[in-house]
Amino acid sequence: MTEDATALLEAISEHTSEPEKADKLTIIAWSGELDRIWPTLILSTTARACGMEAAVFFTFWGLFPLVRPEKRLTGSDWMTRGLSLLNPGSPHRAKLSKYNFGGAGPWMLKRIAGKHKVPEPRELLTLSQDLGVRLLPCQMTMDLMGLGRDDLIDGLEEPVGAATALLEMKDSIHLFI
Amino acid sequence: MTIPSTETAQRTVTLDVRGQSCPMPVVRAAQAIRDLAAGDVLEILSTDRGSWSDIPTWAGTTGNELLERAEEDGVFRYLVRRTGGEGR
Repeated sequence: MTEDATALLEAISEHTSEPEKADKLTIIAWSGELDRIWPTLILSTTARACGMEAAVFFTFWGLFPLVRPEKRLTGSDWMTRGLSLLNPGSPHRAKLSKYNFGGAGPWMLKRIAGKHKVPEPRELLTLSQDLGVRLLPCQMTMDLMGLGRDDLIDGLEEPVGAATALLEMKDSIHLFI
Repeated sequence: MTIPSTETAQRTVTLDVRGQSCPMPVVRAAQAIRDLAAGDVLEILSTDRGSWSDIPTWAGTTGNELLERAEEDGVFRYLVRRTGGEGR
């Protein structure tokens, strides 16, 4: 870049009011898939470590990683119970969005991650809670999928609705994962 | 995880995260610095190449002071002084 261009850019940046920097990260965790919930937890945990506020709103399939690991069957009727068998909860049962191969894919990915000492989603959930990431379950999804508060892990905030999720996203970096 | 040392007047605590990958160096550093008093120094040992940019970024955004950043035999060493406040 020429000196003229550099000087011009500097002059422009001086006259452009800098947008206010968001100091908060809000993630809408919509997918319960392993390769989505994993980066969601890495980013939100790191945001807290870096002093940012962080909140994750778990909705639709994204709610299932919050199911207690020992809960294999959830649901309030035959449909939601059947759903819980097809779509088991807890991150250690989560499927990959591609190359799942009936569970072989997640097994291999976790094995590789273990070699590189990347923490698994279950450990990241604990870490995120320790660092103060606010975990917000979606009340409507809980009703829809037949998930009670007892089906979900401890340390979550009270279940909320869409308006609260929108409020969390205000003045915040927000991602839909 | 943390080994206290009494080599200087202010406390220096070592955090050994060698072998661990992103985001653990930053996450463990954030956890470790909570236990330090203002003025104390956190020494971080890491083998994660990403930490070369991540630790200075973390120190900068949390308002802690990066005193040193060095690489020796594939080990990255950082000295971060806790400046007070919330610390993270």
